[in-house]
Amino acid sequence: MSALAGFLDRYQERESLLHRLDARAKLPAALGFIVAVTFTREGEWLTLALLFAPIPLLVALSRLGAALVLRRSLLALPFVATAIPLVFTRPGDPVFELPLTGWTASAEGIRAVATIMARAWIAVLTAVILVATTPAVELLRALRSLRVPALLISTISFAYRYLYVVGDEAQRMIRARDSRSATIPGARAGRSVAWRAGVAGRMVGSLFVRSLERSERVYAAMQARGYHGELRFLHNPPLPRTDLALGAALVAYGALVQAAAYLR
Amino acid sequence: MKTNGATPGIERLAASGMAALEVDDLRFAYPDGTPSLRGVSFRVAPGEKVALVGPNGAGKSTLLLNLNGILRAHGGTVRVFGEELSERSAPLIRARVGLLFSNPDDQLFSATVLEDVAYGPLHMGLPEDEVLARSREALRAVGMAGFEDRVPHRLSLGQKRRVAIATVLSMGTPILALDEPTASLDPRSRRELIELLDRLPLTILVATHDLGMVSDVLPRTILMDAGLAIADGQSRLILNDAVTLGAHGLEPLSAHGHPHA
Repeated sequence: MSALAGFLDRYQERESLLHRLDARAKLPAALGFIVAVTFTREGEWLTLALLFAPIPLLVALSRLGAALVLRRSLLALPFVATAIPLVFTRPGDPVFELPLTGWTASAEGIRAVATIMARAWIAVLTAVILVATTPAVELLRALRSLRVPALLISTISFAYRYLYVVGDEAQRMIRARDSRSATIPGARAGRSVAWRAGVAGRMVGSLFVRSLERSERVYAAMQARGYHGELRFLHNPPLPRTDLALGAALVAYGALVQAAAYLR
Repeated sequence: MKTNGATPGIERLAASGMAALEVDDLRFAYPDGTPSLRGVSFRVAPGEKVALVGPNGAGKSTLLLNLNGILRAHGGTVRVFGEELSERSAPLIRARVGLLFSNPDDQLFSATVLEDVAYGPLHMGLPEDEVLARSREALRAVGMAGFEDRVPHRLSLGQKRRVAIATVLSMGTPILALDEPTASLDPRSRRELIELLDRLPLTILVATHDLGMVSDVLPRTILMDAGLAIADGQSRLILNDAVTLGAHGLEPLSAHGHPHA
């Protein structure tokens, strides 16, 4: 159902300069810029600020709206939070002590975690903007032109294609179950949590079996159309020079900021 | 099948003049904004057997999903034996409206046929011996007695459909709403299913393209197109109205023959 498509697909339809840019320029530019960001040393606040500077510009150019980009970038927070223990494990000047635990936070630890978080946030923002302005199909095409192995690309594109099918299947099963989950007056409905968990477990199992059977059918259908281990694609149109130049500009800016930081 | 204690008997209800199902100005749109139901109204008396026909995308399946609160209408009301469908009443309504989905694989999720048929009554909190009695009775009613310990995904499509019907019968719902029950069935399985629908003493609503089945066992037809009920009346009149049928992407029965004549 279309609800699921809206949930899974991160692409946002807009009319903007960033949307029009060729994915083969956008993807390497975003990756290159993220690599540049990862080179930032601890406590280089000026470098971080300079690297953050293009983000508001990109958001404006993409017409995505700051709120959407911010909201999506927060999804990466739980992963970044795994760096927090560094605050206590890194030796250095004690700043405060966590009550009851006897753990001492060090200034160096706080600085390290703040840097890691800022770096990760800039990288995530870049990726969010890339994915929101580029349809998934074009990202795959760009990966191919970057000579990513065909097998990997096939795997990603199948995952993308059949995630919807399996998701829809799961949704229909849940509807069918809910439809039979009735209550009658004078009886407690739903039995026990364990029983309901057992039902959910069997649903997952049958979804897995159905996915496996589907994969066999899909593979047979592909073989029937001449598949023998490699997907063939239509040739790509030439990559516009201006798109390439704009992508290169972003990477060059990141590299320049880092070079200045390291030479200082 | 006997109905559960929560619902009065069909004969008494029919005599009282209360509708089994009352749909009033029902409206629904999918999240992408496509309107699917644009104000559908009808009334079904207890024991009536009604066909919902119309082209693909007419809103038939969406309507069925709105009858027991799987989808929440954006406007209008659904009343089942006088009880209005709402967030709160949905679990009670589901004990009265059994929904059969078009793909039985969506419906059958348990390891064995018996477990699946037992799901509904078990969820209601009925005692185990009654659950077992109901489940066996439901399987017998659909002609699948003896298949209790079979694995659902090893059954033929016709058998899966009948087991799926049993999963709803075991709940004792007085209303049965079926989505495309005869699709892709071979002639014999189709015939058996049609006879089963004819036999069941329930209020039945069937969304279907199988006009042969409609003329055989469903005396009343509601013709839907583009989210509206276009026509509502006796099946034999609507099914012979070539002009109206043609205008909504359907063909009168004689045009595609009587496959089971």
